[in-house]
Amino acid sequence: MYAQMVQAEGMKAPEEMDERERAFQARIDAGEKIEPKEWMPEGYRKTLIRQISQHAHSEIVGQLPEGNWITRAPTLERKQILLAKVQDEAGHGLYLYCAAETLGVSRDELNAQLLSGKAKYSSIFNYPTLNWADIGAVGWLVDGAAIMNQVALQRTSYGPYARAMVRICKEESFHQRQGYTIMMKMAFGTPAQKRMAQDALNRFWYPSLMMFGPSDKDSVHSAQSMAWKIKINTNDELRQKFVDQTVPQAKYLGLTIPDADLAWNEEKGGYDFSEPDWSEFYAVLKGNGPCNAERMAARQKAWDDGAWYRDGLMANAEKRAERRFAAMPIAAE
Amino acid sequence: MSKEWPLWEVFIRGQHGLNHRHVGSLHAPDAEIALLNARDVYTRRNEGVSIWVVKSSDITASAPSDKGPLFDPSNAKVYRHPTFFEVPEEVGHM
Repeated sequence: MYAQMVQAEGMKAPEEMDERERAFQARIDAGEKIEPKEWMPEGYRKTLIRQISQHAHSEIVGQLPEGNWITRAPTLERKQILLAKVQDEAGHGLYLYCAAETLGVSRDELNAQLLSGKAKYSSIFNYPTLNWADIGAVGWLVDGAAIMNQVALQRTSYGPYARAMVRICKEESFHQRQGYTIMMKMAFGTPAQKRMAQDALNRFWYPSLMMFGPSDKDSVHSAQSMAWKIKINTNDELRQKFVDQTVPQAKYLGLTIPDADLAWNEEKGGYDFSEPDWSEFYAVLKGNGPCNAERMAARQKAWDDGAWYRDGLMANAEKRAERRFAAMPIAAE
Repeated sequence: MSKEWPLWEVFIRGQHGLNHRHVGSLHAPDAEIALLNARDVYTRRNEGVSIWVVKSSDITASAPSDKGPLFDPSNAKVYRHPTFFEVPEEVGHM
């Protein structure tokens, strides 16, 4: 999940709602989509901006760990594929930024919130990609975990967000499959390659489970977001689904999930598994993960180094528009 | 303080014979670059045969609160639909 621990704003019980708020909730309950210019509670708007922008920032920052390996991909074909995947992530970030902008916040404001640290991005992108097997693990596990959440969000109540999700989901399964085929190549390769694949799984397993965020079954924020249909499943539901889906895939690869307590539970029809270390999760969110500083420095540099380009093209566009205006015949004469 | 690139709405004709359809928006300094960006952002998988870009500020939209006055009247004019008229079976398909 690319949005973690989004705090909902303006929570209200039905009896505290005014007429407009009740009518709004009724539309959502009836499965209607909310569109940009329509009236919405301030809390709904603010919570959505927070969630969509966190999701967008994750897509953009998520390009960094994978971009790290574009120049070192093992074959030209793998390089092209990875390049296409990282380009997709940029596209996903843009779809989501545009969805957030329909709520009345500007792109520059969103970017400033990321760079100042006010807005968060997914904890997973603060882990390093040390070798090529990690690129396989990221596609397989990280994109796999993201899809769990994104598929459900196609039904979210805010129209532009739901439409962005539909586009993203169409493209995302390519990402997971390309990751899994890298894992297959490594796991079925030489013993050294297989060891690398196992090592990548060992390092990415728990951070991937953390992507869903801590249990929120008792969270009031989560309950509000679910009432507004901007969150569809609880974090635990999605995590369980992810584990149930991933265990057989690891088995096919001949790799071992790094969890001694992992066991099939016939009664619940799913696996029992160990929780990740949540103190590590909170430390990473606070900025103390292995790569937080590096990621933010890269985003800041991209913003600073791009300033002359953004300003130059804008100045050129304005100059050309002025010239066109000056060349127009004056109708009033 | 530098200026933010304006917002453009992107419309794509998916196949020959279909209408252009709104697919999303993007930022660009001018129309030419908006087209280039639209190609990169919205047609990475063969989604289109033609692109339109329009500055978002040039679009005039009806207000959500006008929904009733604008569209309710046509609800009352059921005779605009062919199913309003009953044609005897003997007449055959019409």
